[in-house]
Amino acid sequence: MSPKTLYDKIWDAHVAHEADDGTCLLYIDRHLVHEVTSPQAFEGLRMTGRTVRAPDKTIAVPDHNVPTTLDRANAATMTEDSRIQVEALDKNARDFGIHYYPVSDIRQGIVHIVGPEQGWTLPGMTVVCGDSHTATHGAFGALAHGIGTSEVEHVLATQTLIQRRAKNMKVEITGKLMPGVTAKDITLSVIGVTGTAGGTGYVIEYCGEAIRDLSMEGRMTVCNMAIEGGARAGLIAPDEKTFAYCKGRPHAPKGAQWEAAMEWWKTLYSDEDAHWDKVVTLRGEDIAPVVTWGTSPEDVLPITASVPAASDFTGGKVGAAQRSLDYMGLTAGTPLTEVQIDTVFIGSCTNGRIEDLRAAAAILKGRKIKEGMRAMVVPGSGLVRAQAEEEGLADIFISAGFEWRLAGCSMCLAMNPDQLAPGERCAATSNRNFEGRQGRGGRTHLMSPAMAAAAAVTGRLTDVREMM
Amino acid sequence: MNKFTTLSGIAAPMPLINIDTDMIIPKQFLKTIKRSGLGVNLFDEMRYDDDRNEIPDFVLNKPQYRDANILVAGDNFGCGSSREHAPWAIADFGITCVIAPSYADIFYNNCFKNGILPVVLPQSQVDVLMKDAEKGANARIEIDLENQTITSSDGDVFTFEVDAFKKHCLMNGLDDIGLTMEKAASIDTFEAAAAQSRPWV
Repeated sequence: MSPKTLYDKIWDAHVAHEADDGTCLLYIDRHLVHEVTSPQAFEGLRMTGRTVRAPDKTIAVPDHNVPTTLDRANAATMTEDSRIQVEALDKNARDFGIHYYPVSDIRQGIVHIVGPEQGWTLPGMTVVCGDSHTATHGAFGALAHGIGTSEVEHVLATQTLIQRRAKNMKVEITGKLMPGVTAKDITLSVIGVTGTAGGTGYVIEYCGEAIRDLSMEGRMTVCNMAIEGGARAGLIAPDEKTFAYCKGRPHAPKGAQWEAAMEWWKTLYSDEDAHWDKVVTLRGEDIAPVVTWGTSPEDVLPITASVPAASDFTGGKVGAAQRSLDYMGLTAGTPLTEVQIDTVFIGSCTNGRIEDLRAAAAILKGRKIKEGMRAMVVPGSGLVRAQAEEEGLADIFISAGFEWRLAGCSMCLAMNPDQLAPGERCAATSNRNFEGRQGRGGRTHLMSPAMAAAAAVTGRLTDVREMM
Repeated sequence: MNKFTTLSGIAAPMPLINIDTDMIIPKQFLKTIKRSGLGVNLFDEMRYDDDRNEIPDFVLNKPQYRDANILVAGDNFGCGSSREHAPWAIADFGITCVIAPSYADIFYNNCFKNGILPVVLPQSQVDVLMKDAEKGANARIEIDLENQTITSSDGDVFTFEVDAFKKHCLMNGLDDIGLTMEKAASIDTFEAAAAQSRPWV
């Protein structure tokens, strides 16, 4: 047999039909659903008299719209249009008999945090969700695609996705990370090298010692931002850490089925001589704590650098960089560590897991946020929140001056009341620094949870290594 | 879905790279449970000021582009969020063809589900069409999907590639779901085999 990549192996195990021209129906093992990109899909099913083909493989949770303030049980905390969307999901979940975690359930949270936490996401699976950050699930060696609403309807009705085979890209991070450098710095640094379109048409497999050394939480952070590099999916081969994470989760297999699953999961790696269409290699030791300065996730620099000038770039990037600098209110040549911050947001499907909160709390312990700073921590799920309270992390955040919120997407995309005001500058652990992403005119700098915590203390972009 | 066969019209120039779906349709308009009505909010934050007045400099607010049905843009158009509200807004405005050197994957796919043809051309040809677009209503661009050609106002003819299956669906306004359901037997067979080989799924 010819050598295969991990992607090839998962793909081959899921092709339900292949047309002569190579268009395939890829069978979908898990379909995750949230309230923003699904109402039109369910409506489409109703209008055509179709139903959900595999309700047992379909899991819904509201996350984008839900308020994260402690009074959210009160319906008045939601705007009417948000409430209608959440109620539509309630109704659709009930009418079509799919698994559902309502806002009142402690297991509710960001769909990409809930899936792995509940054991829905397992190695070798195909996972889709009407959300580009579905790539997160690739951390388990699952082929996870973000899809549009028409595709959500297609998967609901047929449990398949129309796809053509993607190209294979290997991103290898060799060696060890230096102190203060995290999974977020890896994933941002990769995008800094490849650009936001570098992965278009590819599925990325992340590998190398620095990736193997990451926890499952860190691996999810890396895969989460594959889409920011243009790749529809990111993958990491499953290993003992993956299996240990999955074991005992509510929807993970048990007993003989666990053993059977393990037998297959252990074959899920790229063969030594597999063909790669593109290879990118970074040395772990060369990766520094990074921040973004512009309005594209590729606008990445080490925290020790200065704001670039538009003239540092070529082609279409010159105009884009100037537009970014104007929007961000930055002057070329300013050291990044002199950029003052108004707000800190720790959370999102990128960095809202327990390890992220531990990393931020480690910096905040015994410290206070700068006076006048607005700072919030939004755990990725109710269970992450509960665990952080049990570990004493919540107390550290609260003592430091952070707001301790309930679970949801929150200020990552600001669909709920958590938004930036025009000109407000935010150190964020989320995934997109686009114009207006966190609120019209809001200015976003992406970074790791530890870096965001450091910025909260000093009131400016800060090299976390000075505070360790 | 509306069929797409040929199109002749005015192209709006947006010479920016990395136009993301947050720009195309900001998050506050994702709270709808319908597909229609988003055209008025296409490029909302670039198009209107804080008081909801039109910003005159923005391309779609200029008299010559108010009825544009083609958009010419820079690399990596439609990057970011998977929101299908982006192509819904574009189609609802009346634009059914986008021309750019490259697109983000999810957006590219979403276009075909909504009667929009996203054309990929090399930068040099996009540059020609961008110049055409900048001439406003005096320059009509012609698109012929069957023959996979674009003709500039000066008569330059560029050919483009498009996946045969996607082209077929777009030209005939076909619903993917109906087509897939014709292959239900294959899905049934796959599902039954998978239940044996991977029962934990």
